[in-house]
Amino acid sequence: MTKLMQWLLGASLLGTVWALVTFDLLELSLPRVYREIAWPMPLYLLVTFGCYSLATVGFRVATFNDCDEAARELQEQITEAKEDLRKKGLKL
Amino acid sequence: MASRKSSQPKRESRDKYSVLLPTYNERENLPLIVWLLLKYFGEGGYDYEIIIIDDGSPDGTLEVAEQLQKIYGKDKIVLRPREKKLGLGTAYIHGMKHATGNFIIIMDADLSHHPKFIPEFIEKQKEGGYDLVSGTRYQGNGGVYGWDLRRKLISRGANFLTQVLLRPGASDLTGSFRLYKKNVLESLVERCVSKGYVFQMEMIVRARQLNYTIGEVPISFVDRVYGESKLGGNEIVSFVRGLLTLFATT
Repeated sequence: MTKLMQWLLGASLLGTVWALVTFDLLELSLPRVYREIAWPMPLYLLVTFGCYSLATVGFRVATFNDCDEAARELQEQITEAKEDLRKKGLKL
Repeated sequence: MASRKSSQPKRESRDKYSVLLPTYNERENLPLIVWLLLKYFGEGGYDYEIIIIDDGSPDGTLEVAEQLQKIYGKDKIVLRPREKKLGLGTAYIHGMKHATGNFIIIMDADLSHHPKFIPEFIEKQKEGGYDLVSGTRYQGNGGVYGWDLRRKLISRGANFLTQVLLRPGASDLTGSFRLYKKNVLESLVERCVSKGYVFQMEMIVRARQLNYTIGEVPISFVDRVYGESKLGGNEIVSFVRGLLTLFATT
């Protein structure tokens, strides 16, 4: 099953449950409060997920390591390598 | 032609690592990356070879590669040039054809990937018997050098989106510093059709699909001044297109 199918399956399952509760399709005569909670639920989920995404990406950007030490080490090794290669007879 | 030693006589024979280095206009960097590779392979006492696949660089990369071969020997430096610039996937296939190692390491020749991590890759592989070990900029001590805020934001955003959509089981999908078992790389390369960034992503996604095991090693990615960074609108569009293709097909 492709990822697209998994998502569609998940979305349609959730959608079905949501529609059942919101419009009381099975005539379970659920308490009113259930319906009132259920109908804006997709929007809540979307906003929650959006906030989670922004917070996660923001945090990860802020904590993305800057490898200054690695760059310095590389620079030193480049100098060393150039000298050694020249001694070994490499002509550039 | 270098005489090749008897190819893997028995199971107890030592592991050998073939590094595939596709190059295009890397005249400056090639000697340096080769020097560093020799340094770390030598210190670790590993059996290895470096296969340089130059795609007809006009700057004379091949000529430099030939000099390096003279200095270090034909058993260590193997040249597999091609006429002109062709895809990365075909470069791997081309290089692997003559690889004598049972493991293949792929990396960029522009010094953004440091050979000092290779011993860590090898140890990681041995530790878990992984089918592939991928370098990751996004975990542990991994990171980047020389990226501005915009670049970091795009990178993290794209990575987050990919993780959500594909759940690939690896944290760095677009990186190209990896170690593969040879047969694993062969089977992956022949399945992958994407280009550019998406190619590396597809390799990992297909690996997961085929139930190959993946190990990860944090790496530092050093973007240097004279490698002009290539992340424009075009790249982003083709990345998104590739992501959606993988989303719908894997």
